[in-house]
Amino acid sequence: MSVIVTAILALLGLAAVFGALLGFAAIRFKVEGNPIVDEIDNLLPQTQCGQCGHPGCRPYAESIAAGGDINKCPPGGEATIQALAELLDVEATPLDAEHGEEIPTQVAVIREDECIGCTKCIQACPIDAILGSAKHMHTVIASECTGCDLCVEPCPVDCIDMVPVDQGLAGWHWNAPKDQNIIATDKTGLLEDMVEGGNLS
Amino acid sequence: MSEYLLILVSTILVNNFVLVQFLGLCPFMGVSNKLETAMGMSLATTFVLTLSSVCSYLAFEYLLQPLGLEYLQTITFILVIAVVVQFTEMVVRKTSPMLYRVLGIFLPLITTNCAVLGVALLNIKKQNGFVESILYGFGAAIGFSLVLVLFSAMRERIAFADVPLPFKGTAIGMITAGLMSLAFMGFTGLVNI
Repeated sequence: MSVIVTAILALLGLAAVFGALLGFAAIRFKVEGNPIVDEIDNLLPQTQCGQCGHPGCRPYAESIAAGGDINKCPPGGEATIQALAELLDVEATPLDAEHGEEIPTQVAVIREDECIGCTKCIQACPIDAILGSAKHMHTVIASECTGCDLCVEPCPVDCIDMVPVDQGLAGWHWNAPKDQNIIATDKTGLLEDMVEGGNLS
Repeated sequence: MSEYLLILVSTILVNNFVLVQFLGLCPFMGVSNKLETAMGMSLATTFVLTLSSVCSYLAFEYLLQPLGLEYLQTITFILVIAVVVQFTEMVVRKTSPMLYRVLGIFLPLITTNCAVLGVALLNIKKQNGFVESILYGFGAAIGFSLVLVLFSAMRERIAFADVPLPFKGTAIGMITAGLMSLAFMGFTGLVNI
């Protein structure tokens, strides 16, 4: 009988010591990460346009988490400010005009016969949505483009247009079920449909 | 001194844990698809195997043996290994985020690596002392790493080779492992421990 008790006590003691050790380690070696930054970052439009004065959406999220203004994001517009105000439980303020005005969602389109292949827009694009190489025609991957218009200014021949994506009632349609048997490289056709249908998100 | 060297040679080559004793085959097949992940796994395993080998030895020597509870060694060692892995993960995460990113998911995976438990049990069976336990664990880990890295380098090349259809994928991996095991039989009798 006493053998069993000793065995149980020994294991119990060992488990208790290890448990205490792990509990101590969990506090002593805690990694500080701010989960609120991730939540804010998720609400931002991820255009990485820098209009808020920060080098990207995540730095802006960090500044909001540190108590900064929530009304500095023109691409996100009113909807983003509302969502942020709800998340952070603060007053929703109108968009700060200093950082730009809310414009409908756009995509950049390169007039491809005028493109001289200078790669300047490729370097300007914060999310690598422009494809092409030196002295070859460039093109915009419409599904990746966030409409930040940072590529318009560097273009030496002004062949980039910002085309609004109509997201009003007129351009709205049901998401028709697509053929599921596509592979990634088949996506081009699908994408053009989406741009035409104004359903580009 | 030469005895310690012999332990290393024995565990790395002659009694290689993967190819001769067939322990830890799961990560051997599982993470050998890419050289990079294989190296991450090797690093993490070396770390944990050495540490857990020492800790299990201490737990056995100073807790189980004085109390006459040798029959509890398996469950105790599993407990020790799990704690060592968890603790290591926490410390590495705090002190070196870079290393944590390299080892990352491999650390918790090692808890279930039977080579880790195998080394702890074999240490007791062979009645290794403190230093011998460290070397035995370290040698086993180096042997494991050596084989894993060699194997993954081979598999990377096999992936591009023209393998007959029935042998594609894991099948050719198994055959390769078998051939490697045969090759390691060549070390038999080099050292006898």
